Amino acid sequence: MSELASESSAQGARIGVVTFPGSLDDSDTARAVGLVDAEPVGLWHGDADLRGVDAVILPGGFSYGDYLRAGAIARFAPVMGEVVAAARRGMPVLGICNGFQVLCEAGLLPGALTRNESLHFVCRDEWLRVEHTATAWTSRFGDGAEILVPIKHMDGCYVADQSTVDELNGEGRVVFRYLDNPNGSRADIAGITDPTGRVVGLMPHPEHATDALTGPSDDGLGMFLSVLDHLVAA
Amino acid sequence: MSELASEQLDLTSTDTIDTVKHAQATPDHPQPYRELGLRDEEYARIKEILGRRPTDAELAMYSVMWSEHCSYKSSKVHLRYFGETTTAEMGARMLAGIGENAGVIDIGDGWAVTFKVESHNHPSYVEPYQGAATGVGGIVRDILAMGARPLAVQDSIRFGPADAPDTRRVLPGVVAGVGGYGNCLGLPNIGGEVVFDPTYAGNPLVNALCVGAMRVEDLHLAHASGTGNKIMLFGARTGLDGIGGVSVLASDSFSGDGSRKKLPSVQVGDPFTEKVLIECCLELFAAGLVVGIQDLGGAGLSCATSELASAGDGGMVVELDRVPLRAKGMTPAEILSSESQERMCAVVRPEDVADFLAVCRKWDVIATEIGAVTDGDHLVINWHGVPVVDVPPRTVAHEGPVYQRPIARPANQDALVTDTPDRLSRPSTPDELRATLLRLVSSPNLASRRWVTQQYDRYVRGGTVLAQPADSGMIRIDERTGRGIAVATDCNSRYVALDPYHGAQLALAEAYRNVAVTGATPAAVTDCLNFGSPEDPGVMWQFREALHGIADGCRELGIPVIGGNVSFYNQTGGTAILPTPLVGVLGVIDDVRRRIPTGFGAEAGESLLLLGTTRDEFGGSEWAHVVHGHLGGRPPQVDLAAERLLAEILVAGSRDGMVSAAHDLSEGGLAQALVEAALIGETGCRIVPPPDADPFVWLFAESAGRALVAVRRSDELRFTELCAARGLPCARIGLVDAASDAVEIQGVATIGLPELRTAWEGTLPALFA
Amino acid sequence: MARVVVDVMPKPEILDPQGQAVANALPRLGFTGVAEVRQGKRFELEVDDSVDDATLARIADGLLANPVIEQWTVRRVDA
Repeated sequence: MSELASESSAQGARIGVVTFPGSLDDSDTARAVGLVDAEPVGLWHGDADLRGVDAVILPGGFSYGDYLRAGAIARFAPVMGEVVAAARRGMPVLGICNGFQVLCEAGLLPGALTRNESLHFVCRDEWLRVEHTATAWTSRFGDGAEILVPIKHMDGCYVADQSTVDELNGEGRVVFRYLDNPNGSRADIAGITDPTGRVVGLMPHPEHATDALTGPSDDGLGMFLSVLDHLVAA
Repeated sequence: MSELASEQLDLTSTDTIDTVKHAQATPDHPQPYRELGLRDEEYARIKEILGRRPTDAELAMYSVMWSEHCSYKSSKVHLRYFGETTTAEMGARMLAGIGENAGVIDIGDGWAVTFKVESHNHPSYVEPYQGAATGVGGIVRDILAMGARPLAVQDSIRFGPADAPDTRRVLPGVVAGVGGYGNCLGLPNIGGEVVFDPTYAGNPLVNALCVGAMRVEDLHLAHASGTGNKIMLFGARTGLDGIGGVSVLASDSFSGDGSRKKLPSVQVGDPFTEKVLIECCLELFAAGLVVGIQDLGGAGLSCATSELASAGDGGMVVELDRVPLRAKGMTPAEILSSESQERMCAVVRPEDVADFLAVCRKWDVIATEIGAVTDGDHLVINWHGVPVVDVPPRTVAHEGPVYQRPIARPANQDALVTDTPDRLSRPSTPDELRATLLRLVSSPNLASRRWVTQQYDRYVRGGTVLAQPADSGMIRIDERTGRGIAVATDCNSRYVALDPYHGAQLALAEAYRNVAVTGATPAAVTDCLNFGSPEDPGVMWQFREALHGIADGCRELGIPVIGGNVSFYNQTGGTAILPTPLVGVLGVIDDVRRRIPTGFGAEAGESLLLLGTTRDEFGGSEWAHVVHGHLGGRPPQVDLAAERLLAEILVAGSRDGMVSAAHDLSEGGLAQALVEAALIGETGCRIVPPPDADPFVWLFAESAGRALVAVRRSDELRFTELCAARGLPCARIGLVDAASDAVEIQGVATIGLPELRTAWEGTLPALFA
Repeated sequence: MARVVVDVMPKPEILDPQGQAVANALPRLGFTGVAEVRQGKRFELEVDDSVDDATLARIADGLLANPVIEQWTVRRVDA
């Protein structure tokens, strides 16, 4: 993927989308960013440079072929040093699927993603409940909203020790929960946030739910609109 | 290890390597050409071509390139018929045809689309996961080698009986391999087939299709031209994958300890390497750094070098010791025969080599200059500066043996045809018809394929508009205009066994119809001809008849075959598989938003119309197979003019927005189509069979040229008048009923959607989950 | 050069569906008496003298294993 569409936006929000070797959903993520009139900015894994973006998305795919463990090698990419530092400074960061795996490997989010309980890759449309709307990426959703978003993964089973799960539940940091658990994730967790509400990771793919023509709904757009609101308010 | 070390060290010198000079000096040196699959007369011919005996490396090259798989020696004389039957009008939009890595057509708006289907049958029986995975990898590289970005894949997979133990071994591995490789490449899987039949027990078929697109001006053809241009090998390292029989040559060089050579012949794929290879290639193409390109598939470097050289206008020299290896001590013959995956060969201008290497470095792709185009007319391959291959490349790549295999209609063909299904007892009471419907809907070939398709990513790239269980897979090519393409692959091998000529035409007709029923205009054809041994005159008769059926059918439908594949020797002992000429059709749609979905119920109270003519024909039908285990008689009648008319009306219906849903009728007949359309649309319906119709025939016959269509009441008159004006039979058979949760067939049965869903969706998970 | 083997296993409390699938398959193949199977990974490293045990521990803990879900052991073996 060479050049990403560059569309100037009313608010001038620039959202970085990282490409690792093996990233697959970077262009669809960039498209989603463009659909909400923000400017998608391509970030190369090998460059420790966030190019002045206001937020970063780590997209889905099989970075480094999922070698060793999904996301295990990508987390050491030069760009990730900048992403971690920026997240600590309060920059909104979203990890989708493989991106979620990278965030967990990098320690920005707790827990880990493991092999689906069924041992099969699963691609299907999932109903999710949005349980936490005070994050940078979910403010546009109503509390308890049910959205239809595709999942497509082999290693999407969220695991964490009991105290972590209790903490996530207790602090309202479970952002998305599966209504029909497709992979064995503990406590039906589909996505979580860090304590600040700015670093969010989820296994489902909002960038594939932006248009009823190519996806099961346009419910995913809400995530991209939310971060724009956050950046304007910030 | 140490015992072999001294032998291995010798390989860096040419003392034990069979060089051209050595071959000239030792004309009577015996060579194991028969073990490599060459006949006496072929060996003699090689000696005649070269004016001496071949070296080990040359013998390896000729033996793999002259094998059935690479040279098409048994099928060449017949494949010519495709070219003979392609009119200028049919070929008007063809930009590349049979003989190239893949065929290419112009679909308008400056876009060119390439697609092809290829087999990887035998490896998938040996190692299902890797066989299927490398099948996907190989076809994707073929598409890439045309200069296109691969955009989607489909797979047609065939197994023995669904409940057979070996099917339990093979199917999950194949499905996991197709998904594991395709998903990691980031290619949506938009359709295909899963077929169960005893004929494939021991001979599963894995036919992998890939479709790609590029701007017309970016089309790349495989040829080396321009003296001095460099030959660049890039991608994975070369190892001992897939060498198989060629290892017999190595026995001369070793002291008899063959343990190192006993490696499986199975190629192992790495989709991550191919993913970065794709991105690297596309960047190379965009930067104009590639003059010609070839992927390394069957026969590896032997094929790539000889094909590139013979397609160009000069010769080529290759320094084989520059090839990056991943196994120690490989001989030239082994390096040339290796089928290690994820490798490409490019022709690059000398002034572009530095930039070429820089792009490869960016993507972490190993790239090596291994040779150059020369102004001679030979392909010379050196090993540490000494020639080990010196051949006229065309004799390797294109002028291989051409066989005229004997053809004879099988002795039992008449008996097969006379044994019609008319004598089989038929259901007649409503209870019997209801039970038959449920039995068919849940039978392995008609049951839902969701268990399989759920293991494939359909969303990646964001352009998939239709995927299974829709009739075709459809993707958007141009985001601005909405222009898109649709692909469908079909073959009913039982029909082909009963009548190869017409059965093959039925495969073509079904794929054609499946494309049209989603609103796309059929434009091009690819095929994968899976047959038994060409040494069996009965098989050759089936092959010739089927090929002619497809070619004549294409001429009548006005769309060309632009590429394809032949797979022979699909048999166990003396028993060949049922002839399986898979046909893939590609269609074009101006705007994907106009596509016709398969499930009805989008609008309230739509009318359901049955287009086409239903006849009492059950030869080769699912009913005869499932209920009676019977195969005999004649397949359904073919009427290509009627198929063409049906397609035109469906495409017109989609363009004008008159048709809100459509589903083609095929195996399982009208009953199957109704059940599927209702379940996919999650809406019930009320159907009234015609008073004079035999309900069994009306519901289960597999007459071709038919479609089930849902139209809004407000569009019904306009649509039926269109059909009447064009002479397409069109009958109102009922209406969609959003309030009902059942399929109600008056006078026959009312079956609730939950019961139908359990029957349709439960079969494959029960067998394989 | 020395050879080092690092074994990485899922922590006992982690669900191991792959190990379970293997355990379930054994009786079907006629093998009885296998109560449990856990599936892990084995890494073989060729290291020079500059790589001491502390370094190996950091390699194992920082890359080869994910400490959230996996535990590891390191041992030097005779080449």
